[in-house]
Amino acid sequence: MNPLDRYERLVDDVEAFRDACDRPLPSVVRVNELRATPERVRAAFAEEGVTYEQVDWNDRLFRLPDGSPGTSWPYVHGWLHGQEEVSALPALALDPDPGDRVWDACAAPGSKTCHLADLMDNSGVLIGNDNNLGRLSALRHNAERLGVSNLVVTNDDARNFTTDNLGVDSLDGVAGRSPAASRTQFDGAVADVPCSCEGTCRKNPDVLEKWSMGHVKGLVGIQKGVLRRAIDLTRPGGDVVYSTCTFAPEENEAVVDHAIRTTDAEMVEWDAPLETAPGITEWEDQTFDESLQKAHRVYPHQNDTGGFFVAKLRVGGAESDATGDADETTEVEA
Amino acid sequence: MTQNDGQRFDRLPPTPDEREVEGRASREEVVDWWDERFGVPSETFEDVTFWEKGSGKIWAFSANLPSPVEVEGLGITVLRTRQEHWKPTTTGVKRFGQEATENVIDLGPGEAAAFAAGHDQQIGRWDGDWGYLIAAHELAGEREPIGVGLYLHGELRSRIPKGYQEELAVLD
Repeated sequence: MNPLDRYERLVDDVEAFRDACDRPLPSVVRVNELRATPERVRAAFAEEGVTYEQVDWNDRLFRLPDGSPGTSWPYVHGWLHGQEEVSALPALALDPDPGDRVWDACAAPGSKTCHLADLMDNSGVLIGNDNNLGRLSALRHNAERLGVSNLVVTNDDARNFTTDNLGVDSLDGVAGRSPAASRTQFDGAVADVPCSCEGTCRKNPDVLEKWSMGHVKGLVGIQKGVLRRAIDLTRPGGDVVYSTCTFAPEENEAVVDHAIRTTDAEMVEWDAPLETAPGITEWEDQTFDESLQKAHRVYPHQNDTGGFFVAKLRVGGAESDATGDADETTEVEA
Repeated sequence: MTQNDGQRFDRLPPTPDEREVEGRASREEVVDWWDERFGVPSETFEDVTFWEKGSGKIWAFSANLPSPVEVEGLGITVLRTRQEHWKPTTTGVKRFGQEATENVIDLGPGEAAAFAAGHDQQIGRWDGDWGYLIAAHELAGEREPIGVGLYLHGELRSRIPKGYQEELAVLD
């Protein structure tokens, strides 16, 4: 069975959805502002004669209709990183500040991690973890190429991740660090979890042939564990972004619903910069918390991108002080 | 003095006098080296800590951690020490070489393309120091470092690692 059949009842335009899923994805690059401004990249493209289109929802993303980004001067200088448009969403949703301490639970190969470092202006501490040692070399290569110097790369199972061996609590002096944050907690975390990846079918059509409900069920336990750990390691008032590249509600809303029922984290609004559909509250015989409508589903036909799901949660509740300033009673001694 | 453990990250001692591991460079020497060789001001490294992992490989990290630390990566590689002539990495000159004022060789469009592709070339006009230079070119109105070159006997040898070599357009 083609798993995309399952989602026809969720989309507004079935034909457009199926057509988009059959088309190859355009080649897209993100400007690495640690190295260059979008203006300078545009000037370099013009000098070199590279054809590009600016993505209409973000001035740091360019589509390259002529294909591979790997052979231009701006790319070689580390001004650009090739990544899908939708893979820019987790870092934009978390929107970390310079000086923050951030955990990327499943970081390899590092497109989203390096985007986080860019938004953090290479300051604070970014821990990029992945349980797959082979994929970590890609993360390290990308970080080197893009000049990401605030990154600690670790190789652990995210579900049991701990900062105990790192002595990260000694980082209290990091500039801009909130006094309300516990010494052992992160200001924010991204859980971009392993998933069944149907949303990447425009890049890897194989994912549809390999799809099975058994695989999905196997992933859900991991996804719940990683999200739970991200919430546990984030300070009250800090945010956790949960994302996947699948359309499967079992791996999306159901996982987040489980987290908000079993922890003090709650869904918060995030104004997505591109066209999305709200998270769903019913699927087969399951119902999910109404707040799941604050999550975003991205279908390929909406913005001519890959498929994606992103949810933003706040630890300690949606009304918890996001800045972490002021309220010293929330401080937890480590 | 103890021996270097190449499997973990050890923070460099602040000065040579505080050295506890045989042959390890100090922070002071690393910062001075970038200043003396390339004119990169020491303030550039104010918020950077330096670490050794492997034999002589120096990493720059934008924060601090208690030393030693056993992780897979800590910032970026910047320098190869424990050899007679210290060698900056491609990553290091891209990250910190923008502020260099000395030992930077400005390449013309054809030279820059040949250098990026990994080719050695005769460049007779250079009358500065021999040894490791930062090779740069102009792109979009400003100088941009391409990588590390080794200049000897009138020849600039490209030290761009194979994985970074690219055949690029010769800019007009």
